[in-house]
Amino acid sequence: MLSHLRALEAESIYILREVAAEFARPVMLYSIGKDSSVMLRLAQKAFFPGNIPFPLLHVDTTYKFGEMIRFRDWYPRSIGAELRVHTNRQAIAEGANPIALGTSRCCSLLKTRALLDALAEGGYDAAFGGARRDEEKSRAKERIFSFRDQFGQWDPKNQRPELWSLYNARIDKGQSIRVFPLSNWTELDVWHYIHIENIPVVPLYFAKVREMIVRNDTLIPPEHNVIPLLPGEKPQPVMCRMRSLGCTPCTGAIRSEADTAPKIIEELLRFRRSERENRIIDHDQEGSMELKKREGYF
Amino acid sequence: MLVAETRPSAAVSIEEFLEQEASKELLRLSTAGSVDDGKSTLIGRLLYDAQGIYEDQLAGIRKSKVNRSTGPIDFSLLTDGLRAEREQGITIDVAYRHFSTPKRKFIIADTPGHEQYTRNMATGASTASLAVVLVDARNGVLPQTRRHATISSLLGIPRLVLAVNKMDLAGYSREVFEQIRADFLAFAGGLGFAGMLAIPVSALEGENVARRGTGMPWYDGPSLLEHLETVPVAGRRFDQPLRFAVQYVIRPDQHFRGYAGQVASGAVRKGDPVLVLPGGQRSQVASITTFDGEMARATAPDSVIITLEDERDISRGDMLVHPEALPQIARHFEAHLVWMTDDPLAKGRSLLVKHTTQQVSARVQSIESKLDIHTMVRKPAPVLELNDIGIVRIEASRPLFFDPYRENRSTGSFILIDPLTNGTVGAGMILTAIDRRAAGAGRVTSSERQARNGHTPALLALANPALATRLERRLFDHGCQVMAMENSEAASALRDAGLIVIGSAFEDPRAVDLNLLPLPKDEEAAVDALIAYLEQQGILFTDRFSSGEGI
Repeated sequence: MLSHLRALEAESIYILREVAAEFARPVMLYSIGKDSSVMLRLAQKAFFPGNIPFPLLHVDTTYKFGEMIRFRDWYPRSIGAELRVHTNRQAIAEGANPIALGTSRCCSLLKTRALLDALAEGGYDAAFGGARRDEEKSRAKERIFSFRDQFGQWDPKNQRPELWSLYNARIDKGQSIRVFPLSNWTELDVWHYIHIENIPVVPLYFAKVREMIVRNDTLIPPEHNVIPLLPGEKPQPVMCRMRSLGCTPCTGAIRSEADTAPKIIEELLRFRRSERENRIIDHDQEGSMELKKREGYF
Repeated sequence: MLVAETRPSAAVSIEEFLEQEASKELLRLSTAGSVDDGKSTLIGRLLYDAQGIYEDQLAGIRKSKVNRSTGPIDFSLLTDGLRAEREQGITIDVAYRHFSTPKRKFIIADTPGHEQYTRNMATGASTASLAVVLVDARNGVLPQTRRHATISSLLGIPRLVLAVNKMDLAGYSREVFEQIRADFLAFAGGLGFAGMLAIPVSALEGENVARRGTGMPWYDGPSLLEHLETVPVAGRRFDQPLRFAVQYVIRPDQHFRGYAGQVASGAVRKGDPVLVLPGGQRSQVASITTFDGEMARATAPDSVIITLEDERDISRGDMLVHPEALPQIARHFEAHLVWMTDDPLAKGRSLLVKHTTQQVSARVQSIESKLDIHTMVRKPAPVLELNDIGIVRIEASRPLFFDPYRENRSTGSFILIDPLTNGTVGAGMILTAIDRRAAGAGRVTSSERQARNGHTPALLALANPALATRLERRLFDHGCQVMAMENSEAASALRDAGLIVIGSAFEDPRAVDLNLLPLPKDEEAAVDALIAYLEQQGILFTDRFSSGEGI
């Protein structure tokens, strides 16, 4: 492999092994997205020829794309990883969706609350996430080992200093550490690695003709149809792809012809548009990601 | 993060482009300076001019409520990420920023410059190979400029750029710039940087940031970005001696026992002789294994799995080195320390040292001096307070394997953890072992013997001969000076020489009677219990016998 990706890979593998050595019950948050796919490959590499010594956890909001769920139920198992799935059943039973509750409250119940419950139920003391520092401003300040109190919350003003590659793994009972092995990767690095390592990802990332609701510049997927259609609106075929994968009501598609990893990289170079742009949640208010992270979101 | 020039042109295929892209070097830099120096504006300008800012992030800034600059875009809002910072208008934590040019990839650790945030500056500097220190052209070299340069030097950053900012407000005056440069060099010349360069810039106007402007025709040096693209990238860690700290033991079945870790420095080849620390056993590298196949040679910073020719009991915290290039091995050492918590550090304090993949308990023996950050003079001090930098002597409960920080940032660095709060309270850079400095002066003392052996002397009374044999073997394999014997008089003499002696009974009142301990029937389990007891009694300094295996 080539030099700078090899250095990133070596650093991530080091981080994965530190966690496995220092924590009693680690878990890897598995979001089914491209970053999770890379993280999973790095975990395979870190513990080869042994198995990955911790389970994967998917927090399922039930609003994920069908293609994501099919991929989730196939790929981790195919490489011998153990997958656990958690859903906030009560909130779903009470009809939680982003239109009825607003995106902020919906995320809080189906993602943050569900995640914290799942972590508490599993007794996990360390949880890997695939977040990268280049994604968003508040993430640029995230530690690689990020301390969470017994309520799973983040205090950005009181983070542990993190020097060299010496990670402080000490916690008391009930507290936990979120670990971000991909902190220093960029979106381009991730796609480049997927390409040269030939890592399977959900087909939604690749362009093809899909049925979409076209509203101004936004392409809204009709799946899990909770967004009310405006008069005269109906899904129409559009050549498009997903730049990041979330819940169908809150994830827009982008018009694209990129149907291979190299073409996606080419597209990234041409359109320098933040990958989170099509995630509606980040734009609720300035700094909304920081608010969510303080509450326990990844 | 990507600049226009990196777009694949029609002549270059995307595959060719990707190859070029991946073979780029990575330069990690840190920036220091206070908000008044315009640091965030400089970085924002650098990112912007390198066209590294995503369009929607720019859109978010245009609709932001506060606007601290008078121009149309406030570049500092691109980097000040946290709410508290946006509200107070200062940078209070380290933010990491990526950008890329056709020549290199960059990661900037953007660190705050206020005195009370020295710890964050040290954090950002710890992984950087170049420091950008800012001064305001109107104020010149201030005490904080000297502090930033000193911390950068202590943290081992080889190269420094002095960015003399706000030249637009100083009339782009050559005299102003030359005076600041001379003042700075007079001070920083003695700090030991491998390279230093002063550049006059105006972050607001973009002069000499990414490109040379028209405001200062008298300046014929490179712009900041040109310099960053061409300065030698430090850290050829593979020229150094091999240091491989075992992180994790991988043992999927009885046939495979691999030691997983990252090559911290140097190189290792299949067939190389290696020495295992602390045990001192010699072996040979049987294979260097990875998911992608075996390697003939691994170099820093590769993460690999090493298997050895001989079956060895090696665990997390042990280190593989080449037998002819040993690190220093000592329990006592002297180090520069940045203290990072409100509760002041006094001598005698018990803390945990995390060093490579070891975590050991330690005691601060003395505070030798403290650096006055205003005068840059070292003077005696009873305590180190938050953000103080001092020289301390530390005694660890078991030997560490290290190199001076100046020679090896990986094996020369450590953090201190408070065992009560679990907080990271200090960052240390090892100067030297104290044992070695004292060596040769006078007779070998009992504590020197203990430091080398990793245990105190002891007479262990154990009536079960089979168990005694197993215990002797286990202790020996872990590098202990141990002997099972029945001559009581000779046993006492060996004890005085620092050995652990195991026998059925001893007349010596110093003997420890293990016969009364409730032990499991299974002999291996009984040996485990005995080891745990000897650790608990402080006879064995290490806790690696019973824990830390990782599987």
